[in-house]
Amino acid sequence: MLWLLRGAAGIAASVVLLILLFLAVESWPALRQISAERFLADPSWNPGEGMYNLAPMLSGTLYAAGGALLLATPLGIASALFIAFYAPPHGASIYQHLVELLAGIPSVVYGFWGLTTLVPLINQLHPPGASLLAGILVLTLMILPTVALTAHAALLAVPADYLRGAAALGMSRWGMIQGIVLPSAKMGIVAGIILAAGRAIGETMAVLMVTGNVVQHAASLFNPIRTLAANIALEMPYAMGDHRAALFVSGLVLMLFVMALLGLAAWLGPNRDA
Amino acid sequence: MATLKSIHACRDRFAQFAIYTAAFMVCAAFVWILSDLVLGGAAHLSWDFLVDSPRDAGRAGGIGPILVSTGLVLMVALMAALPLGWTTAVLLAEYISADSSFGYAVRYSLHVLACVPSIVFGLFGNAFFSIYLDMGFSILSGGLTLACMLLPILISTADAGLRAVPDTYRLSAAALGMSRTTTLFRLLLPAASPSLAAGLLLGTGRAVAETAALLFTSGYVDRMPGSLLDSGRTLSIHIFDLSMNIPGGDARAHASALVLITALLLLNVAAMRLAAGWQRRRITE
Repeated sequence: MLWLLRGAAGIAASVVLLILLFLAVESWPALRQISAERFLADPSWNPGEGMYNLAPMLSGTLYAAGGALLLATPLGIASALFIAFYAPPHGASIYQHLVELLAGIPSVVYGFWGLTTLVPLINQLHPPGASLLAGILVLTLMILPTVALTAHAALLAVPADYLRGAAALGMSRWGMIQGIVLPSAKMGIVAGIILAAGRAIGETMAVLMVTGNVVQHAASLFNPIRTLAANIALEMPYAMGDHRAALFVSGLVLMLFVMALLGLAAWLGPNRDA
Repeated sequence: MATLKSIHACRDRFAQFAIYTAAFMVCAAFVWILSDLVLGGAAHLSWDFLVDSPRDAGRAGGIGPILVSTGLVLMVALMAALPLGWTTAVLLAEYISADSSFGYAVRYSLHVLACVPSIVFGLFGNAFFSIYLDMGFSILSGGLTLACMLLPILISTADAGLRAVPDTYRLSAAALGMSRTTTLFRLLLPAASPSLAAGLLLGTGRAVAETAALLFTSGYVDRMPGSLLDSGRTLSIHIFDLSMNIPGGDARAHASALVLITALLLLNVAAMRLAAGWQRRRITE
């Protein structure tokens, strides 16, 4: 019985290693032939002519994820505070379920909604519509539940004695939140934000559908961009040889990004159930 | 003193206003998305749409074969992931201590697995299942890729459910001379079944929602699949393809998105109900 269980657990645990192994094996031809700095210094991304500059995709990924974090962090923390301290009990449970349902909407549906609703709206404001801004807005909606639910868990972990102490001192509600609740829940909230960052960096479909997918460094919010993940999804169907290997390199980069963020979150926060 | 107090009261009201505004904005966005999908999709939704084959690259016809492919991919994924996931959870929860190095390694790797972006799963599935194991673009390789994605959520829910079973169950079973295996199958697993079911529903939802991991594993073909080795287009890929690659596919994409979101909302609500009912029962016990 036990060896069977151990075998199953071993298989489950080795999936991650298998993923890393296959990413490494498939990207090896590119890593061997193309030196690392060429991925940042080549004149352009043009795999047909042997040019592999990933820098515009990297900047696109970071702009989109960073913008989404800037918007989702205050909204998410406010949502968590709303559930924990402001809403009436019944309202809090409804709102929490709503946030959980928001987390369950598939990314392709977010992308489709962005494409049919947000992009035309932004187009009226400033053509072409499919832009960094659309990507940021859609990503915000997608990572907001992660920030809100982890922040809520961190708020719940604040010892009730602290709150009673604050109430006994006659502190106002916001004074209590600002002075006691947020500082003691800080680590958990930050860990949640980092997890959300990982999700934003790896998100593919929604971003692919709304950002226009032009390989360039964005000069403004209204410029179209292309992210690393979107690049993989777009070019993988026809990529061969070194091109395919270069796409696996970008997959490996994504994976390492996310693992680094995860390590950071684990180092910061004790509760990691996200 | 009085001014300090009024400053505090002012700040309090402002914070309250800001937080209510944020909550209202989130609710408004949710209602906006949902109403857009319902209003845009309901007009094209009918029984025929659910059973017909797509015609003219999806601009006309229905989604019958696509629903079948989605179901088959889901079935393959669950049949591979459930036994593996639940046995791993049993091992982690019942047979080894939480701080043993093997348990720690398994948990850590599952934790990393849960954070791997879905496009990376797609790359891996393409390289491993489709090419290395020579399954090609098929429902089988798509389903197995999804199975890898589902492992963390199935294991963590089952593990938590088993850990929540009170220790008195295990002690009384031991006192009655029941073997550990009997205890597991007759007592612990039935007691943890609501959380197993909730994990199953959540995993199903995750699998049905997935697109990026299936793009280069299960493929795009929208015919009725003849076997598990045929390529099959899932509902989410159908939405993606119609809205991005097919001019004039928006109407059908809307209706497909409505079908997908309805299925997912039902799954999520069912999972929440299970979890809530289970918590209530535990409290009253």
